[in-house]
Amino acid sequence: MSTRILIVAEHDGKKLNPSTAKCVACARGLSGAEVTLAVLARDAAAVAAQAAQLEGVARVLTLENPANEHALAAVLAPQIVALAAAFDILLGPSTTFGKDLMARVAGLLDAPQVSDIMAIESARRFRRPIYAGNAILTVEAAGEGKIVGTVRIASFEAAAAGGASAPIEKASVSATLPTHTRFISVSAAKTDRPDLQTASRVVSGGRALGSAEGFRILYSLADRMGAAVGASRAAVDAGYAPNEMQVGQTGKIIAPELYVAVGISGAIQHLTGIKDARTIVAINKDGEAPIFEVADYGLVGDLFQIIPEIERLIS
Amino acid sequence: MKRILVGIKRVVDYNVRIRVKPDGSGVLTDGVKMSINPFDEIALEEALRIKERGAAEEVVVATVGPADCQQQLRTALAMGADRALHVQADGVLEPLTVARALLKLIEREQPLLVILGKQAIDDDNGQTGQVLAALWNRPQATYASKLELTGESARVTREVDAGLETLEVDLPAVITTDLRLNEPRYVKLPDIMKAKKKPLDTFTLAALGVEARQQLKLLRFEPPPQRQKGVRVKDAAELVEALRKKGLL
Repeated sequence: MSTRILIVAEHDGKKLNPSTAKCVACARGLSGAEVTLAVLARDAAAVAAQAAQLEGVARVLTLENPANEHALAAVLAPQIVALAAAFDILLGPSTTFGKDLMARVAGLLDAPQVSDIMAIESARRFRRPIYAGNAILTVEAAGEGKIVGTVRIASFEAAAAGGASAPIEKASVSATLPTHTRFISVSAAKTDRPDLQTASRVVSGGRALGSAEGFRILYSLADRMGAAVGASRAAVDAGYAPNEMQVGQTGKIIAPELYVAVGISGAIQHLTGIKDARTIVAINKDGEAPIFEVADYGLVGDLFQIIPEIERLIS
Repeated sequence: MKRILVGIKRVVDYNVRIRVKPDGSGVLTDGVKMSINPFDEIALEEALRIKERGAAEEVVVATVGPADCQQQLRTALAMGADRALHVQADGVLEPLTVARALLKLIEREQPLLVILGKQAIDDDNGQTGQVLAALWNRPQATYASKLELTGESARVTREVDAGLETLEVDLPAVITTDLRLNEPRYVKLPDIMKAKKKPLDTFTLAALGVEARQQLKLLRFEPPPQRQKGVRVKDAAELVEALRKKGLL
């Protein structure tokens, strides 16, 4: 019998977030999985069209409601619960969107949640990191009830887009939507750089950059490389970089092809966020810094000389 | 009374290097330093600051767990909480169980705000706040980096992947804390003495009418795969050449 999996799509009203394609890849790791995507939006057409192209998606359900304009967990969760009857597993990405939402869904369903799924071993057995990735735990859901999960997106290659065209169906549910939670605003720096969470190259800076101005040499190098820019917690705490750039256990967990850590000592909570990077480069004046323990290439020296030099060499 | 309920969890201290037991049945915790989960400490600090501003009258701290958790409750009382509630429970406690127990405490205490850490640094589940808000049928504002109370509602700035999001939530509500909400205070010795006299009530899960279900079996703990040790390069030119050879530049 096939396992029916519902994935809650993450999007901004116009574009599907790449985290969704990672969730699809996770679901497809289970043989016999039948994957449905749910797009909850004010106007779902554009996002649903993108979702329908993901390889491995059997169908796309749209739930349109003016209340769905902003992704408020308290508003979205009852609608997902209303859809849940036809599914065995409900998945969302382990991003701030999915972590906020899926646990509320689990609470409403009285179902167990498996957070940060890094592998599906069977329809009821999963692997996930605990203790900031210092241990890997295999869990198995007892009984036959529904399972809610969030997908650790750094663990999966995105499902390919373009080849498929799954049917798109309008769904309607009767759920009372609360008005006790209201969206006010979101502030995000506009950037033309690649998205940090899914970029294939990332250049990250630590406290050794010294100031927000100091970060400029990283932005310059990143633009030359076509890379996203990240930061350590210390650099964000010090105000050198905004919070959305934080990489690590409590920031973003990423898996780029190339990660360049500049002036980052390598606290455990930072290393947790980059464990799955294919190649790690560390540039630091302290040759004893823990970042060198995980680096494929280490360079000891003054970053303010090395970074501009690298930029010159690749220009 | 305007009351804030803060949930805390006893966890392995964040400075401890975690080791998996050779038989894969768990991680080594014998003789290891235990502390209040760092995010919960931030939750308590925020509650204390709200009270100190005069926007709340009482801070009640609660935990669900074995007898040893009273050490962390005493620390929380020393930080400044007025009362502590201990729901005694042994064995694996899933977020649903903890949220059910907290809901029972909410029904008794009628808080205007419940503040929890966004996740515990041991099991990294990050669920209890949202599950509690769902069971309570009240708003949630997770990953808070700023919290303002404005009478009947709260304005919460949240650290989300896109940047900073601001929500308005009617009270009572559940807030979960992120790192940059505040920096928790240090406990002073006289406060530790004072904390010994503060009230600490104990309950059992059964007395609250909560069943400790275990819906997820913990099959196996393993250490993570280690990365191969890399090489040192002497200068920028050698680094660029090495990366080019691998097709990374």
